[in-house]
Amino acid sequence: MHGMINCALQGFLISTYGSGIWTEVRDQAGLPADGFEAMLRYDDAQTIHCVEAACQVLHKHPNAFLEDVGTWLVTNQRMEPLRRLLRFAGPTFLDFLHSLEELGDRGQLAMPELDLPDLTLHRLDPSSYRLSVRWGLLGAAPVFLGCLRAMADDYGALAFLHLDGIEDGAEWVHIQLLDSAFAEGRSFALGGAAS
Amino acid sequence: MMASPPRLARLIQRAAPVLDMLMPMHLWLDLAGGVLQSGPTLEKMVGDGALIGRGVFDVLEIRRPIATSRLDDLLPYAGQRLALGLTSAPDLPLRGTLAVLPSATGYILDISLGLSFARAVREFDLTLSDFSPCDQTVELMYLHEANASTAALSRRLSERLETARAAAEVQALTDPLTGLANRRAMDQAIVEALADRQTVFTVLHIDLDFFKQVNDTLGHAAGDRVLTEVGRILATEVRDADLAARVGGDEFLVLLRDLTDATGVAALAQRLISRIEVPVEHDGHQCRVSASIGSATVAQIDRRPSLDEVLADTDVALYAAKRAGRGRHMQFDDHTLAAPEARRAQDPPSLRAHTEQTKRTPSSGR
Repeated sequence: MHGMINCALQGFLISTYGSGIWTEVRDQAGLPADGFEAMLRYDDAQTIHCVEAACQVLHKHPNAFLEDVGTWLVTNQRMEPLRRLLRFAGPTFLDFLHSLEELGDRGQLAMPELDLPDLTLHRLDPSSYRLSVRWGLLGAAPVFLGCLRAMADDYGALAFLHLDGIEDGAEWVHIQLLDSAFAEGRSFALGGAAS
Repeated sequence: MMASPPRLARLIQRAAPVLDMLMPMHLWLDLAGGVLQSGPTLEKMVGDGALIGRGVFDVLEIRRPIATSRLDDLLPYAGQRLALGLTSAPDLPLRGTLAVLPSATGYILDISLGLSFARAVREFDLTLSDFSPCDQTVELMYLHEANASTAALSRRLSERLETARAAAEVQALTDPLTGLANRRAMDQAIVEALADRQTVFTVLHIDLDFFKQVNDTLGHAAGDRVLTEVGRILATEVRDADLAARVGGDEFLVLLRDLTDATGVAALAQRLISRIEVPVEHDGHQCRVSASIGSATVAQIDRRPSLDEVLADTDVALYAAKRAGRGRHMQFDDHTLAAPEARRAQDPPSLRAHTEQTKRTPSSGR
């Protein structure tokens, strides 16, 4: 597992619940004392142990926990660079949805060893979509659920999303897009990166 | 054959939406270089309304391959890459290419941002919709930001590793009990001092007397207490430029830079012995030790001994001090102790015997 993903889990736990909770999760899961390092690789088992321990310490269902992680990735101030990178995908939420299949390639442009899930968007009708999420580990779909809900808000779109089961070896997310321009959304200036 | 003005105007009107979408930074020029139509992004960048009717060289400066403000000069370079800039923002380099339209309907000059894209996007506040969906500039912007983020992560990792490395190095050069330098650090410092021919120095070799008795009768904790105290004495007696190290169980080396006169060395050694002889209290007991010190001075800049020779010299002097009754200091001297050749040949066995006799740790033997 890429250290970036483990670091996201650690960052979420510390910024949301404090370093005491992180220490508890770290010790229970047997994670490195200094925490994860974004530029290193880790055994997948450490990621799984980290999520399991977090759910146990926080008394949360894994889906709920992972959805919160997804929301945090987009909405937390610390993660603003990531939100910006996601917004490069297109000017509207619909453009963003259609660009999700490129997400793996986009991720690898940023970090050549980053292994993101394979995403495929299936159109059911002009406002309904199903997204298939395929990854080495289960649990990517709830992360994307949280992430996509937050991105819909970010674009000012009105959308309903829910987990839609596991079939054909993939996790599925159902997306109902009601209004692409429902609200103002958060600003995105193409040249607006803090430099 | 030249298109009639009304026909050309109709043609431009029909083609404009397509050109604006595919090439949002283009100019359509007439045969004299007047702007007939311009793309919306270019208009946004120039910033003072429609460009129609203006001359191309009023809007742009052409710089390479030829710096010119005559259209005729430019025509031979049709299809090639042009380096150019806006007259309204000359410090922002752009690139472009000129295409000749058929039937004397004029020229298309298409423009793109070139390598200063990030600055251009910021300065002109360009958005995703200012670019053709096929234009990779937005991906370049993405990559530009992603690179900055990952570079920051790499930099932080390097900084953390550097801190850890520095901490490990300090540990590797320090004696944990006394906080003095260790043998590795001392060897390194002497080698460096020898290599710098400007540096003259003296090395003291200190061996505690009666330390074994303290250890045997009062225990290791008392012994450690004595060693810590000696460490403290050495640390306070030497100057910043000097170095004190614990190099064996009860053995210490001190490197004294720029101190070569025998009187000064003797005075310092005597002061160290006096302070070490002050009893140290441990658990209600007085721990009494003394010290024997051998010193060797490197004062010649033309003939530098090796590290091993310097240490052997201090060993010889230390042995002489022990033999003379302990609790005293002897300076190594080629003439008084032995001729150098004879000493090198004879002394190792006698030094070894001395080592066994005083039960020095194996690491101290050289």
